[in-house]
Amino acid sequence: MSDIVLPDDPSFGSEVQVDYPGYRSTRLRAPKRPLVTLPEDLHAVDGPVFGNEAIEPGDGDLTTQHEGEPLGERIVVSGRVLDDAGRPIQNALVEVWQANAGGRYRHEVDQHPAPLDPNFSGAGRCLTDDDGGYRFVTIKPGAYPWGNHENAWRPAHIHFSLSGRTFTQRLVTQMYFPGDPLFAYDPIFHSVRDPRARALLVAQFDLATTTPEWALGFRWDIVLGRGNTSTPLEQE
Amino acid sequence: MTTPSQTVGPFYAIGLCRRTENELVSATDAAAIRLTGRLLDGDGQPVPDGMIEIWDATARRWGRSGTGQEGTFSFVVAKPTATATDAPHLDVLVFARGLLKHQRTRMYFPDQAANASDRVLSALSEADRARLVAEDDDDGLRFDVHLQGEHETVFFST
Repeated sequence: MSDIVLPDDPSFGSEVQVDYPGYRSTRLRAPKRPLVTLPEDLHAVDGPVFGNEAIEPGDGDLTTQHEGEPLGERIVVSGRVLDDAGRPIQNALVEVWQANAGGRYRHEVDQHPAPLDPNFSGAGRCLTDDDGGYRFVTIKPGAYPWGNHENAWRPAHIHFSLSGRTFTQRLVTQMYFPGDPLFAYDPIFHSVRDPRARALLVAQFDLATTTPEWALGFRWDIVLGRGNTSTPLEQE
Repeated sequence: MTTPSQTVGPFYAIGLCRRTENELVSATDAAAIRLTGRLLDGDGQPVPDGMIEIWDATARRWGRSGTGQEGTFSFVVAKPTATATDAPHLDVLVFARGLLKHQRTRMYFPDQAANASDRVLSALSEADRARLVAEDDDDGLRFDVHLQGEHETVFFST
C-alpha cells in the first residue's frame, strides 16, 4: 500500500495535500504553480448569504423524500458550524449528498452494481441555527469500490458543502464514520497528512442524540477558516 | 484547527446542482452578458466532473454551474462596478473530482482601462494577467480555466 497511502506528516496541519500521489486523479488536475497571495483584506471578502429560499420543506430529512422509507440504518447527523475562534456561524448553508445503504449514488455515472433505492435520493440542505447547529436525518451510506487502484474501496462517508460568512469560509469536505476499517487504505482520507486534522473528518457516535427505538446519533462539528475578525486590525 | 477539505468527487451534482443557479442576473436584463468557458486538465482535456462558482462581491450576486461533457460551464453575469483599488471582476471558485481542495481565481473583463491599475493584476506578470482576463466571444465572454499545463490559471491562496 506504500504507493497509495503516505506516512503521516503533522507539518501539513489542516491543509490537505492537493497533489497527493496515491489519489490518481490529482495528477492532471492538482495545480502545479505556487498559489499567489492576495492583499490581506481580500481574505475577508463577504461571501454569499443564503436565506430560507435556499431550503425546501423536507430538505433536512433524507428519509422522507419519497413514498416509502429508504433501506438502511437510520441515523441522525448533527453538529455545529464554528469559526476558528469557536464562534457559531449562523445561517451557513449546509448541503449534503451521499450513497445509499448499498454504496450506490443516484447518478448516471455511478456504475457500481449495487441496487438503487427508489426511496432514496441522497441529498439534503439546511441552514445553521442561531447556535451554528445543523441536523440531518438520513441512512448510513455504504462503502463502495472505485477505480483508483486494485481493490480500492471508499470508506463510508457523507459529502458536506458549507458556505460560511466570508468567501474564505467556503468548504467542501467529507464526513466519515468512527472506526471504519477502510481508513487505512483510502488515499483521499490520507491526503490529510496530519492525523489530528484527519480526526476532524470523523464523526463521533453520540448516545445523547441517539433516539430510542428509532435512530443512531452521530455528532460532527465543522470548523471553517478565518472569518471577519471582530478585532480591528492594528495600523501598520 | 479547521476542518480539512476533501474533493467534491464525481457525484457532487446530486447535492449541489439540483437547481439551476447559473444566472447572476436574468438573461433578459439589459446588462446581461453570457459567460461560457471550459475547465481543462493538465493534458488540455475537458474536465466533465467539475463545478464553478462565481461571486460578484460588489453587487452581491452568486451563481454555480456544473461542467458538461466538454468541460463547459456557462453563466449569465453583469459587469460589476470598479472599486478604488480593483477593476471590475468576478471571484471564481473551482471544484472537481481529483481536486482535493477548491481553487480560487478571478475573472476580469476585456478592454477595461481599470485593469491597468488593478492591484491584483498589476502584481502579476503580463502572461499571468492575460490568463485572468476573459475574451470577447460571438455572443458574450469566454473564460477557460486550466488546472495545469503551460496555460495554468493563476490561483490564489485561500
